[in-house]
Amino acid sequence: MAVTVRSQTVRRCVTKAAYGLGMYKIIAFSALAALCAAGCNKKKDEGGGSTAAMTKEDKGSAAKPPESSGPVTINGSGSSFQKQFQDLAIEGFSKANKDVKVNYGAGGSGKGRQDFSDMVTDYGCTDGLFKEADAAKAKGGQFLYFPILLGAITVSYNVDGIDKLQLSAPTIAKIFQREIKKWNDKEIAADNPGVKLPATDIVVAHRSDGSGTTEQFTLYLNTATPDVWKLKSGATVEWPADTQAGNGNGGVAQILKSTKGAIGYVDLPDAQAAGLKFATVKNQAGKFIEPSSESASAAGDGIEVKDDLTYVSVNAKGEAAYPITAPTWCVAYAKQTDKAKGTAIKAYFKYMLTDAQAQIKGINFAPLPRSLDDKAVAQLDKIQVP
Amino acid sequence: MQLSELRGHKQYADRAFRGLAIAAAGLVLLVLGMIAIRMTLRAWPALGLEFFTSIRWSAPDGRFGALPFIWGTLYTAAIAVMLAVPISLGVALFITQVAPPWLKTPLVYLLDLLAVVPSVVFGLWGVLVLSQHFGLSRSFLTAGVILAVMIIPIITSLAREVIETTPASEKEAALALGATRWEMITASVLPHSKGGITGAVMLGLGRAMGETIAAALVIGSALGQITVNPLAPGNSMPAVIANEWGEADEPHKAALIALAVVLFIITIIVNLIATAIVQRSMKRGRGA
Repeated sequence: MAVTVRSQTVRRCVTKAAYGLGMYKIIAFSALAALCAAGCNKKKDEGGGSTAAMTKEDKGSAAKPPESSGPVTINGSGSSFQKQFQDLAIEGFSKANKDVKVNYGAGGSGKGRQDFSDMVTDYGCTDGLFKEADAAKAKGGQFLYFPILLGAITVSYNVDGIDKLQLSAPTIAKIFQREIKKWNDKEIAADNPGVKLPATDIVVAHRSDGSGTTEQFTLYLNTATPDVWKLKSGATVEWPADTQAGNGNGGVAQILKSTKGAIGYVDLPDAQAAGLKFATVKNQAGKFIEPSSESASAAGDGIEVKDDLTYVSVNAKGEAAYPITAPTWCVAYAKQTDKAKGTAIKAYFKYMLTDAQAQIKGINFAPLPRSLDDKAVAQLDKIQVP
Repeated sequence: MQLSELRGHKQYADRAFRGLAIAAAGLVLLVLGMIAIRMTLRAWPALGLEFFTSIRWSAPDGRFGALPFIWGTLYTAAIAVMLAVPISLGVALFITQVAPPWLKTPLVYLLDLLAVVPSVVFGLWGVLVLSQHFGLSRSFLTAGVILAVMIIPIITSLAREVIETTPASEKEAALALGATRWEMITASVLPHSKGGITGAVMLGLGRAMGETIAAALVIGSALGQITVNPLAPGNSMPAVIANEWGEADEPHKAALIALAVVLFIITIIVNLIATAIVQRSMKRGRGA
């Protein structure tokens, strides 16, 4: 017994680099990881830079007086939705601030929240909000949400003979619940007057892994058409059995590309990278809107922002708003304990909210609307640095 | 004088080694025990009757029935073993009984190489080649085939070593009585190595049940169904844990840990059965 399991765990450690950061969760979780914890941790540092590197950093700053002129490392983790943006922002920020090193590990929003809450990282990025009970458990006390960008989630499809497709929320809900099974169903036809639809079977593709994209997509259906949508909203929901699942946006895109008659939800950059066709989706104003950086920005103009800068961005008001627009935030503790680090975090967040916003369109996400961006920049003052 | 000094040394070393060995053995038990206790405690809220009887797995509703995943784990492992055992035995017998010496060494080397390929490589191969070009899609069968490929080297190399221990006298006796090579294998090699081969198969089975990433990539991640159709998408316990842990919240997390506990128990049972079979056949062998 022990032999089998241990050898596998060791193998997981050894091959972890190939698994990617997501797999680290499983190792950490796999209880036998205790057996090789030291080995894993060492690997982790080389890869993403985290626990041990931070501890070293802490020791370093504790040993010498806090002059904060030396090199500083700040570590963040979380949302894979933000991965591309974080890479861009870190690159730009490091050019201007040579003595600050920023590391970001895109292991998923849930991991980002957990790491931040346990103070394994200095900042976290997440597509979903902390539950109230979890927020209270955060080791660093009160923290602040900073909105970063908005992104469209496409309803992509692969059907010969349909080049333009219009869908309304109830139709999407029925397709993903397997109540509509043919492409020439009369409800799809009702959304697409004058279009000749083929009698192909519909294949539904969704995420196999827990995901913020699934959460926002199902939140949209749950908000826009609560009477029809029965699966509720969450990072994983109870998809019908006769559906296909792929790992990550890329996995779903791959199913869509290789399966005739398939439909699935994929974020805009991945859908474009895979060359998928995607539907225009009917918004609250009754207009069919194409997902794009602009239409996601338009959705941002129509959202109601709460005092803590959290909001729901799906099913937004506005004539030009794309309705399946997902939000994402980064979080930082309000009371920073280390001067050098606190200053660096503040500077990096400021960079993300100002200079980096201009680059967001280039990666097919939507920058924050002006008013929201201003509020986020103003909130930076609430981060207290000793 | 010199002798007693030597003996004194020896006794000291003996005692130190004894202590070390006991400590090492104790540590294994301690770790196993701690894992079992800690995980069971963490999983406790989810470990109800529903967990073992329901086929509904819905995180938003907080309903967690693991039956389809338990089924999927056992079913894919069974497919894998059924595919792997004939091939492994064939290869092991070929290497030990048939292959000329110049072919034997590279074959053994290649098999060992196959055993160290990371499972994610097999998984990706399954996604990109098996599921797309062989029309298997993502299904129990695809997962079973991938798992079979992964456990073939394990079963083969263990079976080969067991078969190698067949006394030459027994084989020669069979041949001397006029047996063909096949009759020699069935009459003396296989009966001699039955226990060891069973143990090898069980170890392969354990590996197949616990395999995570390759299964997660190709099994299809379907929820809420138990079916014997090998071409239907399914799910297995390790695959569910791998896929859903990252974004899981509290009741969901407990349910995933409960899956791990169940998997832990099942692998322990499989390994205990393997040990029992091996021991019994060894006893019988000695008696005969």
